[in-house]
Amino acid sequence: MTGAPPVPPPSVDCDGHTSRPDAGKGRTHTPLPPPSAGEGEAPNLWADAHRAAHLIAADPIAYGGAVVRAPPGPVRERWLDTLRAALPPDTPWRRLPPGIGDDALLGGLDLAATLAAGRAVARAGLLAGADGGIVVVPMAERLPPGTASRLAAALDTGTASDRPARFGLILLDEGDGDEAVAETLADRLAFRIDLSGIGLAETWADSPDPEPGAAAADPVGDLCALAEAFGVASLRGPILATRVARGLAGDRPIGRQDIVTAARLVLAPRATRLPAPQEPAREEPAPENATPPEEPRAEPPPDDAAEPAAADRPEEIVLEAVRAAIPPNLLDQLLAGRHPLAGAKAGRVGQAAASRTGRPIGSRRGDPRRGRLDLLGTLRAAAPWQAVRQTEGETHRIVVRRDDLRIRILRQRTETTTVFCVDASGSAALERLAEAKGAVELLLAEAYVRRDRVALVAFRGTGAELVLPPTRSLTRAKRGLSGLPGGGGTPLAAGIDAAVAVAVGVRRGGSRPAIVLLTDGRANVARSGEGGRARAGAEALQAARALRAAGLPTLVVDTGSRGEEARAVADAMGARYLKLPRAEAGQLSAAVRAAL
Amino acid sequence: MPTFPFSAIVGQDEMRQALLIAAVDPAVGGVLVFGDRGTGKSTAIRALAALLPPMRAVVGCPYNCDPDSPADSCPHCAAGGPRKSHKKAVPVVDLPLGATEDRVVGTLDLERALGAGVKAFEPGLLARANRGFLYIDEVNLLEDHLVDLLLDVAASGVNTVEREGLSLRHPARFVLVGSGNPEEGELRPQLLDRFGLACEVVTPKDIPTRIAVVRARDAYERDPEGFCAARSGEERKIQKRILLARERLPSVTVPDAALERTARLCLALGTDGLRGELTLMRTARALAALDGAETVTDDHLRRIAPAALRHRLRRNPLDESGSTARVERALTEVFL
Repeated sequence: MTGAPPVPPPSVDCDGHTSRPDAGKGRTHTPLPPPSAGEGEAPNLWADAHRAAHLIAADPIAYGGAVVRAPPGPVRERWLDTLRAALPPDTPWRRLPPGIGDDALLGGLDLAATLAAGRAVARAGLLAGADGGIVVVPMAERLPPGTASRLAAALDTGTASDRPARFGLILLDEGDGDEAVAETLADRLAFRIDLSGIGLAETWADSPDPEPGAAAADPVGDLCALAEAFGVASLRGPILATRVARGLAGDRPIGRQDIVTAARLVLAPRATRLPAPQEPAREEPAPENATPPEEPRAEPPPDDAAEPAAADRPEEIVLEAVRAAIPPNLLDQLLAGRHPLAGAKAGRVGQAAASRTGRPIGSRRGDPRRGRLDLLGTLRAAAPWQAVRQTEGETHRIVVRRDDLRIRILRQRTETTTVFCVDASGSAALERLAEAKGAVELLLAEAYVRRDRVALVAFRGTGAELVLPPTRSLTRAKRGLSGLPGGGGTPLAAGIDAAVAVAVGVRRGGSRPAIVLLTDGRANVARSGEGGRARAGAEALQAARALRAAGLPTLVVDTGSRGEEARAVADAMGARYLKLPRAEAGQLSAAVRAAL
Repeated sequence: MPTFPFSAIVGQDEMRQALLIAAVDPAVGGVLVFGDRGTGKSTAIRALAALLPPMRAVVGCPYNCDPDSPADSCPHCAAGGPRKSHKKAVPVVDLPLGATEDRVVGTLDLERALGAGVKAFEPGLLARANRGFLYIDEVNLLEDHLVDLLLDVAASGVNTVEREGLSLRHPARFVLVGSGNPEEGELRPQLLDRFGLACEVVTPKDIPTRIAVVRARDAYERDPEGFCAARSGEERKIQKRILLARERLPSVTVPDAALERTARLCLALGTDGLRGELTLMRTARALAALDGAETVTDDHLRRIAPAALRHRLRRNPLDESGSTARVERALTEVFL
């Protein structure tokens, strides 16, 4: 495992396919993406990736490393080979196995060796072993949050269990769609490289380093202004970009081109907004631009010399150069109102945390590296054999064999709690309410078998009320339902707020919440309890967006016969939508079961 | 590489003030720092710990006991025997997300149980943090029962272990510093309330400040020793201020007028329970000690009230203004 074997020069056949003797185990043959050649204005993606690899190789610790987004395949292997070949020989290179435990990661007791030797055998963790080198994390988008935060702490402190562990981290992100690498970790790494659009043939082309250009007067100021212009909030962005610019420059002063490259490598992939293009002729930033990429330092006075004033302002040139490096789908994501990485985290963190815990409900024979050791169970299993296993001269220690090891069985908490949020207002309320009550009772009966829970929130008049806290009890549910009155205005926002509060509480408790909202969507009572359609509607949509942000699975059942209000609410929630003007209890419960 | 100096941290005055107060009086009950990524939360806490003078600790004591006054609850030092002492840096212990209760609280020593058949206690992170700092990044993602346990230990200063056939108590007096990003999940209100101080940190939005931050970092990275040497005077000043404040703290008085203001402020804000008042008084006293004052004045209360109270307010969906604004409003009313 130690040391990087020299990468043999890859041989290319006429089709552009590589045949490399050490392409790595489990080499997958993914169809290559079509080469995206012929885009003259786009920066050479591979050249940037190549440059990043060389920078990392020169100082893995300073740059933190890189997030490499690519499907497994020859292009990614080629990039890793480039990195490996550029590293000094004998640099540690470790691959993080999936589901690695604390002992293996940070160091601890080597259980197998301890048992064999009969005395404590400590072993260094993977991170300490990688000191001074590289840790590669495959499938980084699935990294459990606990492991991610341990890696982040090691990056911050340079230690793991008090042993030195300074390393560069390569996160191989194979996710598509919503999956993304934990932002806590990605924020600490300088580079984010997207290889997915690169054809293998492009990786053989050599691109010379660009001319450094004139020495920059204020590289730190320029990079900070750029970070601001691209909406990079975290200060790690400009800090790492400065480091990269210095790394590119080496011993000479930082040139204009170094800043462009550093911004393209570090800042562009973190961009959360696109700076409005500025016309070079204008002195003032566009007024409609809320946050102009303008430096508040003393403006250079308008210059009548041969060179236009704008060309003196480094951001102008650099902005253009960096804008081209913005990931192509960023704009779509921004238009969709979603931060690139924000959607991926919220739900998964909770789920992963829940699956790690659970309640111990017993123990079974097993390898403690795959679960938590049940120590008492293990000792209990070993106890009867002690007399047989004792050897002469060693009468004091307990002899534990592999077969004695017991691990805890954890019960996964996967029960569902359905939170019904029922519009109990207005004329049709009584009928609707009866349907909802019927559906709740039906679901409850099913839930009783599955050990799921049900809660009921009703809103009418001036506010919302938790009629039925999450329960499994049939009798309690029936009692709560029978006493539910109807009539009055529609305080939809208050109803949604209350349902979200219940559902979030349910999630905290380790159960999986789902909301079913029965309404016609015609809000006419604001949170304050005052009437007014416009304000009530706006507040309802606001509450719906908050629900979406909370990441709760939701079904909106439209009980109105006409109008699109309920659909608008459902859209704002990102919820499933079901139009059921005359829902029957049976129909409703069937629909809920199908939708959630 | 030396730690980034505390005095070189640009901006984030409120967080620095809160950390200094916690360093003067660890009993204020922890600091919660909520805010964006990359705002220097982790840097600040490590810098503060590095700035504190090394402490004297009993050699071999897993709980870093002070040789002059070992904790009553220390099982190691209570055993008696000669106590040798050595100097030790103030510990900063990171509590990783996903840490098991075993690792936090301590557990049966597996090595000795398997190797020698002896029932012995293997101290956990709480033991290592005694007399230092316990830092939890993303405390809002930590499981509630762990946060509960941590706050409990932080408040009592003693870790009680009753598990796996073990039964013991050991000292665990530390400053709990939690950080997190509220957008990724909020802490339960009951837990929020138990943190002494809460600060909001935001990434500086104005470019000169941002440039100053990056420039300081850049200068530090290029020449860590030189950078720190240039700052050593400032660092010593802060260190002296903390040490003097610790000495002064017991003699700082809180006049009745200040207590009345505290009560009125908490009433105006509708904070539940008396914890708000107690913390406000305590932190104001620590702040006065830091200032070298003999008594707590209105100015101290005013300066620390936002951090001491903002996380204790009832959530009010009608009030769109943030909790900080509400505290400020109440302050103007009470201090008119």
